[in-house]
Amino acid sequence: MDTDGRPDPEELLDRLKADEARLGKGALKIFFGAAPGVGKTYAMLESAHRLRKEGTDVLVGCVETHGRGETVALVEGLDVLPMRAVDYRGATLREFDLDAALRRKPKLLLLDELAHTNAPGSLHKKRWQDVMDLLDAGIDVHTTLNVQHVESLNDVVREVTHVRVRETVPDRVLERADELELVDLPPDDLLQRLAEGKVYVAEQAARAKDRFFRRGNLLALRELALRQTAQHVGTDVREYRTEHSIETTWASGERILVAVGPAPASAGLVRAARRMADRLRAPWIAVSVESTTSTLPPAAHARLDANLGLASDLGANVVRLTSDHIARALIDCAVKQNVTRIVIGKPTHSRLRDFVRGSLLDAVVRSSTNIDVLVTSGASPDEPKSADEPAVPARGAARPEMVAYVVAALAVLAVTGLGLSVRAVTDLADVAMLYLLAIGAVAMRFGRWPSVVAAALAVAALDFFFVPPFYTLVVSDARHVFTFAMMFVVGVLLSSLMLRIRRQERAAWLRAERTTMLYALTRSIAAAATAEDIARVVTRHVETTFDCDASVWLAQQRLVLVDGGDTIRDGQGETVAGWVQEHGRPAGLGTDTLAGASVFVAPMLSAKKTLGVVALRPRVAGARFDREQRELLDTLLRQAALGIERTLLAEEARAAALRAKTEELRASLLSAVSHDLRTPLATITGAATSLIEAPTRIEEPQRVELLTSICDEADHLERLLTNLLDMTRIDSGGIAVKRDWVPIEEVVGSALARLEKPLEGRTITTDLPADLPLIAVDPVVFAQVFINLFENAVKYTPKGSPIEIGARQRGDAIEIEVADRGPGIPEATQARVFEKFYRGTGERAGGVGLGLAVCRGIVEAHGGTIAVENRDGGGAVFRINLPIVDEQPTVPSELPVRPEDAR
Amino acid sequence: MSDALPLVLVIEDEPQVQRFLRAALTSHGYAVVEAVDAAEGVAAVTRSNPRIILLDLGLPDRDGLDLTRDLRAWTKTPIIVLSARGREEDKVEALDAGADDYLTKPFGVNELLARLRVALRHSHGETPEPVLVAGPLRMDLPKHEVTVNGEEVHLTPIEFRLLALLMRHRGKVLTHGHILKEVWGPSDVAETHYLRVYMAQLRRKIEVDAANPKLLMTELGVGYRLRDAELD
Repeated sequence: MDTDGRPDPEELLDRLKADEARLGKGALKIFFGAAPGVGKTYAMLESAHRLRKEGTDVLVGCVETHGRGETVALVEGLDVLPMRAVDYRGATLREFDLDAALRRKPKLLLLDELAHTNAPGSLHKKRWQDVMDLLDAGIDVHTTLNVQHVESLNDVVREVTHVRVRETVPDRVLERADELELVDLPPDDLLQRLAEGKVYVAEQAARAKDRFFRRGNLLALRELALRQTAQHVGTDVREYRTEHSIETTWASGERILVAVGPAPASAGLVRAARRMADRLRAPWIAVSVESTTSTLPPAAHARLDANLGLASDLGANVVRLTSDHIARALIDCAVKQNVTRIVIGKPTHSRLRDFVRGSLLDAVVRSSTNIDVLVTSGASPDEPKSADEPAVPARGAARPEMVAYVVAALAVLAVTGLGLSVRAVTDLADVAMLYLLAIGAVAMRFGRWPSVVAAALAVAALDFFFVPPFYTLVVSDARHVFTFAMMFVVGVLLSSLMLRIRRQERAAWLRAERTTMLYALTRSIAAAATAEDIARVVTRHVETTFDCDASVWLAQQRLVLVDGGDTIRDGQGETVAGWVQEHGRPAGLGTDTLAGASVFVAPMLSAKKTLGVVALRPRVAGARFDREQRELLDTLLRQAALGIERTLLAEEARAAALRAKTEELRASLLSAVSHDLRTPLATITGAATSLIEAPTRIEEPQRVELLTSICDEADHLERLLTNLLDMTRIDSGGIAVKRDWVPIEEVVGSALARLEKPLEGRTITTDLPADLPLIAVDPVVFAQVFINLFENAVKYTPKGSPIEIGARQRGDAIEIEVADRGPGIPEATQARVFEKFYRGTGERAGGVGLGLAVCRGIVEAHGGTIAVENRDGGGAVFRINLPIVDEQPTVPSELPVRPEDAR
Repeated sequence: MSDALPLVLVIEDEPQVQRFLRAALTSHGYAVVEAVDAAEGVAAVTRSNPRIILLDLGLPDRDGLDLTRDLRAWTKTPIIVLSARGREEDKVEALDAGADDYLTKPFGVNELLARLRVALRHSHGETPEPVLVAGPLRMDLPKHEVTVNGEEVHLTPIEFRLLALLMRHRGKVLTHGHILKEVWGPSDVAETHYLRVYMAQLRRKIEVDAANPKLLMTELGVGYRLRDAELD
């Protein structure tokens, strides 16, 4: 595979991920033993003492001394975390205090018995989950574990010892361990210690010796422990080799598929597959195939969930398929996933069933082509063999009510009555048909068992009333026996057909409903603009789909509850939500974490982080969300997460664009300030210093020129400053418009007066009709528009060229024009000239590029618009459009104004 | 000789502006007394009895408006306030409080001297003149006759009152409120647009281009001023 000695990129990636995951996390060391009493706790404490001497901050979280004197002595001298007291049914249990440990945050925490089950009401069900939290918090953990508690070895241990171990630790916890230290004691020595009372107190010891501590058991367990440790070492070695590009000797490319069903034996099958996958270093998938036509009874469904859950815990990729052709579905999946081996359970049912229904095993083997099929027995010796239970009707029929049977009987009775009344004109076959009709109707309405009863009753009635000799059950003609048998069989067949149709119908309906729901959700999410909107969509859909109260928290700086959800806020909802947000795994009702809560909380995961959480509280008290529902929820939340991520990205993009724009503006302003303010200053300084340094040597004309340039540049600076201040005011929305009714000519006139000197030598033509309405503007502010436009004309048009100012009313607006005969403005930049810091080409006058931006700001603050275009015959015309909003004010007229004959 | 020079009191805290004003004033035939805050200013008024006061509205120790009001309570000495652009309300308030004129910083020497000349002339006491002249404009009050470049112009009574007011105070700024009170009476002080409309009419009758006036100047946000070419 990697012939050139380079590490396989995928492995490299895995390694990176593993390193990344461990970065900042604690290290886990497991003291591993074959049986209780080999001295794991002792070894752990000894090592702790050593580390403490080296200066490590060691804290004892929980150590089970089992009253062993040597061990108790070793605890002394170490910091011990006080245990938490838990009240449980009157008794006080003492339990490891996870919160206190996380608060105290030692470098190293000792926590005995990794497989321990926590007292009810604890955060987690299992101690290994506590350990995971500790490691996540960056605390190193040393712990102890016996081989029989390893999940994947559970079966093997049971076979060897006939003792069922219920407290197990998932293999991935072992894999997570950075170090696995085997604490080994030969069986004989262990037995010796047991006899000396060093392991258990005398009475317990006797019992233990009988059941568990048999020499044979101990030998087998020791072997298992050694093998497990060797395997862990093997993993280490392999990682080392990979890291150092040493060619591995492992055959790669194996992929295992295990077929999982609801049978209890399937759990064993899963464990066997896991062991095989481990040996082969192969990835493995667990596949279940559910029928489209039948629904599993709740108990079987729960077992299937449990089996798949186990597979997932053991590291399998879980795939759930729906198909009526189990073998074909399995093989299809196997081919698609490049599976090399299929693990399947040994049949436990009779040969007859295979004959009737066809054998799954046979079908798989036949169609498996080049895939190996391994058949193993998953069942354990002491487990009751409950073969796959027959699928039972989906609804109602599981325990048909008495009424159904009564109706079945009545139906037969009715047909009998009908048959008797028409006996004279009908044949026996017709009556039989009538009975079949009744059976079919019963099947359709009430399901299997009532229809079977109806069939039996029908046969009896037919015999009794219609077959001679009448009114006895005796049959004279042997042919009639055959008729009866056929009728019964047809009746039963009819009922199963009816049943199947009904189930298919229901399954199709369910699927359609689910598809519709997902489709509707996707559409609503696509339509939502913000994360909050999506949260509301999710709440609505979750509530209707899962019949629960739901609320959504979005992860911003902290978790923010998106409206409603008062019902969820209590009942530990907030606590669970916080935990789920932090860990990205579901918790609460029906899970192993915070199981006491009344809500189930699931995360909305994106590729990188948890975007929020959803809490669900069933409306029906005591209800749980099964695996199928959780998977549906998962799909739904994935859609939601995608949607939320999209809105977040959009927001981020917007913010980034804004930042970039602001940054650009700041940069422009800085360059403008540094360049355009310094240039006039440089001129002023230069001119003034020349005049001071050499007053006598400078000729009069030059002196005047220097002085003029000082004045001009000072003017220039003053104008720049005015514009900068105005712009700042406009930008911050602080431009105060104190409107007043003003004739346009007054505003224009004051601007012209202000620029009297620069405009000298130009022909200024004004065309402002006397009957123009007054405009409602702030004259001081609005005059700046004209000042800037005139200055612009002065800057960009040739000296002495004319400027024309005109205004006219156009509907409900007044249009004011300022036109010049300069070079005009290229069409492409006409829209841009009103942008801040945009400067006309030529740079003749070297402005900051604010004048026109200020114009636009002021005009817009007055509700108007400003635009520019080129004139026929050359030059530019700026056009201001100012709406007339209010009615003109009245001016009391005087007694007859004499006719205008002025001038 | 130096006794004959009109004395100007400059109340201004910025040393650069002080320096510029001193140079400009002394070189144009004025004597200068300086004060850097209001307290010093008040003391200087009593001690030196200046002909004109130049008062910066942004003093460190006291509000310039307050000071104007105080000074006006006991002296008729003309006060010209100095203020920055964009503070039109301050100027109006200062004028209404009794100041005679204002200068917007930055200003040139010409402007400064023109204001001083106008202020000095008006401080000589208002001897009623029957005939007022400003540039091409001639106003014969007893005859009720107005001519521009010798040609008669017909004005309405209000226009006439308005023009007469401006002519009597030619060269000096008059606030909207002041004009409205004088021409229309105290009840119409807020109706600024009356004034604007009549000013527009007046300009059309007197100016060559009403939109580019040379006589009836608008002081944006403050009021109007009839330009006195003689003094500019």
